[in-house]
Amino acid sequence: MQASEIHEIVGAQFGDAILEFKGDAVDPFIVLTAQRILDVALFLRGDERLQFGSLMCLSGADYNDGTLGVVYHVDSMSLGHKIVLKVRVPKDNPHVPSVESVWKTANWHEREAYDLIGVVFDGHPDLRRILLPDDWEGHPLRKDYKVPEFYNGMKVPY
Amino acid sequence: MSEIRTEDMVINMGPQHPSTHGVLRLALTLNGEIVEDVVPHIGYLHRCFEKHCEAMTNYQQVVPYTDRMDYLTSMNNNFPWVLAIEKLLKIEVPERVAYIRVIMAELNRIASHLVAIGTYGNDIGATTPFLFCFRDREKILDLFEKTCGARLLYNYMRVGGLSHDLHKGFAEEARQFIKEFRPTIKELNGLLSYNKIFIERTARVGILPADVAINWGVTGPILRASGVKWDLRKNDTYSLYDRFQFDIPVGTDDVGVIGDCWNRYMLRMREMEESLKIIAQALDTLPEGDVKAAIPKRIRPDPGEVYVRTESPKGELGFYVISDGSATPFRVKARAPSFCNLGALPEFSRGVMVADLIANLGSIDIVLGEVDR
Repeated sequence: MQASEIHEIVGAQFGDAILEFKGDAVDPFIVLTAQRILDVALFLRGDERLQFGSLMCLSGADYNDGTLGVVYHVDSMSLGHKIVLKVRVPKDNPHVPSVESVWKTANWHEREAYDLIGVVFDGHPDLRRILLPDDWEGHPLRKDYKVPEFYNGMKVPY
Repeated sequence: MSEIRTEDMVINMGPQHPSTHGVLRLALTLNGEIVEDVVPHIGYLHRCFEKHCEAMTNYQQVVPYTDRMDYLTSMNNNFPWVLAIEKLLKIEVPERVAYIRVIMAELNRIASHLVAIGTYGNDIGATTPFLFCFRDREKILDLFEKTCGARLLYNYMRVGGLSHDLHKGFAEEARQFIKEFRPTIKELNGLLSYNKIFIERTARVGILPADVAINWGVTGPILRASGVKWDLRKNDTYSLYDRFQFDIPVGTDDVGVIGDCWNRYMLRMREMEESLKIIAQALDTLPEGDVKAAIPKRIRPDPGEVYVRTESPKGELGFYVISDGSATPFRVKARAPSFCNLGALPEFSRGVMVADLIANLGSIDIVLGEVDR
């Protein structure tokens, strides 16, 4: 199925949640309001025409303009099509509903995005740091991140 | 006896443990010998791959960093990176480059599977197959060394090309390897695959149903062992894979049941044969050409983003790259197969014996360098 058809099906159900659709990008994407991502995810997985059974990749990003983003690459193994979903949230209040209940892949990926970018996933069952130590401060992949001088008494920059 | 009060015990397996294949800590909740729960703790090898990418001054500089993700399959790690940047730049590579990439990726797949098979046997208690596997992997490493000078971290592929052309005599040596290696697969099957003790330890152990596997984002041999015929080389084909004839093995129920440890192991054995087929076909049709001609002098992709995924030996390896138009990647996210596959470990390890947990973990074939990046 083409990205434009996927957009139409999603739009018929969640027209108010779609902020932007770019069908001519290398990987066509739909930008959604962050608060609706869980509803849309459930619909994408459950709808007979779409059957988006797997989340390939979930990435956090700091766009360096006061917003953080989460990018979902989803694909349907049964029907062989894929789409990219994006949400954006303000950096000072980065809350996005967790899609862990829809795709379990999101469990660790959301923890990683929380750890490195600092996006808070509401409803995640176990939102802890995953790659960095539990007592690390800050989120290193934010563009305004400053490397701390010391960590537990050890010098950080070498 | 029912009067005796028992409690679950929580113990750490790792971070230093011979069967975790690296630095991984599993917090096990045990009821006697039964594993009630497993919580993997990762991050011990975190090397800030994504942060490093944002500090590079050239997209080519990222290639050696990808080498170090899954250090057993460096060729396969380079592959999606160069494909992603080429897609961003909208450039085509010469035929010869594409052919050599496929040959190298498939050779590296065999080398990686040999380590997986060998160390898996070793985990279960069979030492001899380990030595057989490493002996044959050595021949592949020799080929790589002659061509690009490195035995483990090749830094071989370039955006638009390769660092070196094949060395003189590569084709003959590779054909010789194929000839010698085919009987070795049979030998390994006799030694390990159909060994009664090995089957007892792995068949019907750690069964991962297909729907659970898909939901957890499990890919690669593990997913196929669960009966899902999904291989990106066919299902979302890239580079030249649509030109070659090969099959996608899936799990069977002739020895164990679909989705068990034995099937995950056996799938790698069968995939090696398919890789040999691809290499043989590619060697026969390898065109002439200059492997460095299309390497761009200056890489400044237009603002945009791309997600490119390939079938690495462990599963779907993808790079999500955002370009802001400068010579430095704005954001790079690596979707590592071992990371996703390890996440599903608790799903098929609850309720097994401790010894079977070792079998389960080994059958995933994780490389912690890639899990932690």
